[in-house]
Amino acid sequence: MSQLPAVLEVRDVSKHFGSVIALQGISAAVSAGEVACVLGDNGAGKSTLIKILSGVHQHDTGQYLVDGVPVRFQSPRDALDRGIATVYQDLAMIPLMSVWRNFFLGSEPTRGRGPLRRFDVRLARQETRGELAKMGIDVRDPDQPVGTLSGGERQSLAIARAVYFGARVLILDEPTSALGVKQAGIVLRYIAQARDRGLGVIFITHNPNHAYPVGNRFLILNRGRSAGSFAKEDVTIQELTRLMAGGAELEDLAHELERGGTVRMATPEP
Amino acid sequence: MSVAGAPAADERLAPTTLLRRLLVRPEFAAVIGAVVVYAFFWWQAGSLFASKVGAANWLDPASTLGIGAVAVALLMIGGEFDLSAGVMTGSAGLLTGMLTTELGWNIWPAIAAALAFALVVGFFNGLAVVKTGLPSFIVTLGTLLALQGANLGVTKLVTGTVQVRGIAHAGGYDSAHALFASTVKVLGTPFQVSILWWLAVTVLASWVLLRTRVGNWIFSVGGAAPAARSVGVPVARTKIGLFMTTAAAAWLVGITAAVRFTSVQAGAGFGQEFEFIIAAVIGGCLLSGGYGTAVGAAVGALIYGMTKQGIVYAQWDNDWFKLFLGAMLLFATLANNLVRKWAEEARK
Repeated sequence: MSQLPAVLEVRDVSKHFGSVIALQGISAAVSAGEVACVLGDNGAGKSTLIKILSGVHQHDTGQYLVDGVPVRFQSPRDALDRGIATVYQDLAMIPLMSVWRNFFLGSEPTRGRGPLRRFDVRLARQETRGELAKMGIDVRDPDQPVGTLSGGERQSLAIARAVYFGARVLILDEPTSALGVKQAGIVLRYIAQARDRGLGVIFITHNPNHAYPVGNRFLILNRGRSAGSFAKEDVTIQELTRLMAGGAELEDLAHELERGGTVRMATPEP
Repeated sequence: MSVAGAPAADERLAPTTLLRRLLVRPEFAAVIGAVVVYAFFWWQAGSLFASKVGAANWLDPASTLGIGAVAVALLMIGGEFDLSAGVMTGSAGLLTGMLTTELGWNIWPAIAAALAFALVVGFFNGLAVVKTGLPSFIVTLGTLLALQGANLGVTKLVTGTVQVRGIAHAGGYDSAHALFASTVKVLGTPFQVSILWWLAVTVLASWVLLRTRVGNWIFSVGGAAPAARSVGVPVARTKIGLFMTTAAAAWLVGITAAVRFTSVQAGAGFGQEFEFIIAAVIGGCLLSGGYGTAVGAAVGALIYGMTKQGIVYAQWDNDWFKLFLGAMLLFATLANNLVRKWAEEARK
């Protein structure tokens, strides 16, 4: 596996909500220029893990390290200040606001001083255009509301924004799950591009077909616990799929359906 | 996909016409509405309505309503309501009145105390909404009732009547009158100074909304608060600030009325909260938040003022005013929706 020190690492973290154990003893790490995929079915604890990483929740036990130093974030802003940016599946953008207003939201460039300190609108428009062009994202008009963009364009825009604002670690929450095949492909390309620019990427998904091509390592969650952690060279996409769905259960289901004769389980292409 | 190079030229971007640029603005429908209402009353009520004196007459109610409506528009863009804004105008006037007439304060510290009171109420409105997550409709309905009760109860307790009178005798009244309630002659016709306040508030609100960071935050907390929070927008502070701004605007409206009429009824201001909201909605604000302009709300208030005085000039029974207003509200909302849909589709 990679010899680089981890930019972001969790060791044996757990999170409880009352009597519900949302996460138990999870360890994961990501280095610069690497994509770590977190796979799991619904309810596996993916969202809880992201929320801990991005500063929304605090972990109960275990350690959260950034650059090898233990941290405890009080808010998403704390995490952002350390270069950890999170792009949420459905929360990435404000639909009624224009592309450039969205792009700089929360980190608006200003000019002038004192009471005349104002949002540098011209700079924001220009930078948005330039930055999107650099990442090869083709937005027709930075003044158009984000609501008029496609889902893939929105995710790409959010990724471009995080990269622009100096994120070192990008946490992507199911960026491809609501997308069609082609749109998902576009987003995967930006993930690869962010990785190649030296960012550490944590890619959360329930689709091994999306995770495998871009991932360097894979953590599989099942019911709040780790169901295995692998480097890419040690695992195949079939194994990932099998592990994710709880292994034996899926095989049983496949046999059951095959016996029925009409439906066949589709096996993922490698 | 990867089209680098000069981003300025894009063959899929049809050259935008001036008409389209106007149409995508939220206040467009309101401006058209204002022109139609103006033309209608000019036709119905004759040239007196369109004269300078007529204009001074309909700009007067438009101005005080407009001050409140612009602040409420910011709040609505930020995704919240304030039903207590109307009664707050009464509270501010009553408090100022009682401090001067009962305790013999100079009017200026009394006005400042009323502002402090308004800001505190606004702060608690905002805090309650942000902390509890309850709809602001309910929270501020509570504030509305509480203030209304306090206005009546305290006024009766202190003055023994249901009004505060004699504000004109307070020290410093003349300077307060000059600032809040004097008239300015334009081409020989006296116009209320509140019209200038209205313009100033509109310009300031517009600038904040469109050209400052806070403005960007206001749009975002109304458009999608969780998304705004995730990119580091101080959602709670923004919303609390908006509630305080609305309360401060209500204070300004209340002080203007108190200084001008020198007396305040204990029930003053009740019902104005809806007029503020109506003007903001006519001006293109969405009830669901995240969309609208300050200029639109000001134009909404203008429509309101022209209608109110236009009915008088046309010598109709004043009872028709509410019917007219209700119809206009529905019409404006529909027109806004249509225009917005059309504009966004046209943009795709």
